[in-house]
Amino acid sequence: MEFGVISLIQFFNVSKHYPNGVKALQGITLQIQRGEFVFIVGPSGAGKSTLLKLIFREELPTKGQIYVCGRSLVRMKRREVPYLRRQIGMVFQDFRLLPDRTVYENVAFAMKVVGAGRAEIKRRVPEVLEIVGLTDRMRMYPHQLSGGEQQRVAIARALVNRPSVIIADEPTGNLDLDTSWEIINYLQEINRQGTTMIIATHAREIVDSLRQRVIALDRGRIVRDEYRGAYAHAT
Amino acid sequence: MPTPMRLRIILYVLQEACTSLRRNGWLNLAAVGTTAVSLLILGVSVLLFVNTNHIASMVESNVEIMAYLEPELDEDAARALKTQIFRISGVEEVEFISKEEALASLEKQLGKEKLLRESLGGVNPLPDAYRIRTVEPRQVAAVAAAVSRLPGVEKVRYGQEIVEKLFKLTGWVRLISISLMGMLGICAVFLIATTIRLTMFARRKEISIMKYVGATDWFVRSPFLFEGIILGGCGALLAIAVLYFSYGALVSRIGEVLAFLPLVRDPSVLFRLFGGLLGIGVGLGVAGSFISIHRYLRV
Ligand SMILES: Nc1ncnc2c1ncn2[C@@H]1O[C@H](COP(=O)(O)OP(=O)(O)OP(=O)(O)O)[C@@H](O)[C@H]1O
Ligand SMILES: [Mg+2]
Repeated sequence: MEFGVISLIQFFNVSKHYPNGVKALQGITLQIQRGEFVFIVGPSGAGKSTLLKLIFREELPTKGQIYVCGRSLVRMKRREVPYLRRQIGMVFQDFRLLPDRTVYENVAFAMKVVGAGRAEIKRRVPEVLEIVGLTDRMRMYPHQLSGGEQQRVAIARALVNRPSVIIADEPTGNLDLDTSWEIINYLQEINRQGTTMIIATHAREIVDSLRQRVIALDRGRIVRDEYRGAYAHAT
Repeated sequence: MPTPMRLRIILYVLQEACTSLRRNGWLNLAAVGTTAVSLLILGVSVLLFVNTNHIASMVESNVEIMAYLEPELDEDAARALKTQIFRISGVEEVEFISKEEALASLEKQLGKEKLLRESLGGVNPLPDAYRIRTVEPRQVAAVAAAVSRLPGVEKVRYGQEIVEKLFKLTGWVRLISISLMGMLGICAVFLIATTIRLTMFARRKEISIMKYVGATDWFVRSPFLFEGIILGGCGALLAIAVLYFSYGALVSRIGEVLAFLPLVRDPSVLFRLFGGLLGIGVGLGVAGSFISIHRYLRV
């Protein structure tokens, strides 16, 4: 690898075959720079979630090399994985909040488990809750919130440890269009503050109107990678 | 890692472990109970072993041999025998004990049972004997063997023989109790593993989130490890308490009734035993946690 500008994420000829024989990804080569905003699109089963799982090393590639922050995930030792994940914030379609903890506690939990200090937690959690506009919901439990609000809690949790990149797997999959827009606007705002954003989505309308970088997958291969792209081929 | 962070992590681990201990009450009880019983058996077996050794060392320093004479031996022959015994190397002293003296001393031992002689119908069934003392304890066995080969000697008895029998008996007791303790120990490990698995199941969502946000393996594991240590340690403490009180009572009762039986009272021996039991209990707990961590916590 050259010195100088190192991409945040690099895939070199990456394939992922699951043990059951499914070839989820084949020959993927791509680079994502710091500060980018990237949509990953493609039909169901195209391999979007698999691609994201490779980035945070939930799965290892069958073939090829992956670098995140200049570090090879293939050569990375198990005990180094937690420190990689502290560089990555994760957001899921189903929010994945702890139901028996308040909004504040859910966000604080992410700091607590990486060993942050109490004073630091007290200062940082309200800060991120403010970014996602939930300051007045701090003491509420997830079941008292709307879906959009729950997803904003999840975004705050992903953001709280100041990751280099946020990876969102269909963050608006469970939300109506208006709420989806709301979520995407928050993610865009966070991206403007410098956090790289990678979003797998089926939300055609949003992708088409934002005109950001779009990587389209189909049956495990990249079929399109366009800056200022659209959900489908421009006709 | 700076110290306050380590302290915070320890506090966190303690909190989490205590919460889950409250959650599955009955299973905790079973795990602690099985650990306690298994360690109790081990403790009893060790005490038995320590005490037989103790008794043995007392008896082994005893240099007395009793050689019982054939009943039809006349006085001359008996006198000749005494000379022969003296010729054996290692013999220090030979004393004749007539059957009359033997009966008298038996009566004295039995105290008020004056009826003994009458109930025997005036016949003294005891043989005449020589009491032989050796110069050193380790010569006893050889001297006894030599004496038993002399003509006119019917039987030879000495303290160490009793010790050997005692050892044979306690050897069996030890084998049985160790295997019992082993089996119960395995049960204890699996019960501990099961309670910890339940805790993991109750907290699976937290665990998966922890992994996503970058908690280290040890951070995720340590509450479970600690839970196992607490379970095993509590079992050990229970066993230690039972042993401590019952052995104390036994020693004082035996002190009253069988004053001649020398039981170990040395507190340092008990202290070491209890320390060992606590260590093994904690070890069982750690083993149980590790089983569950390895099977159900692929972090
Ligand atoms: N853990 C797994 N084991 C085996 N096969 C898997 C596994 N995960 C995904 N697959 C398969 O890999 C292929 C790609 O799945 P993936 O989840 O990456 O698709 P996706 O693009 O995210 O789809 P969707 O839009 O429905 O979420 C699918 O055929 C899927 O069945
Ligand atoms: Mg998917």
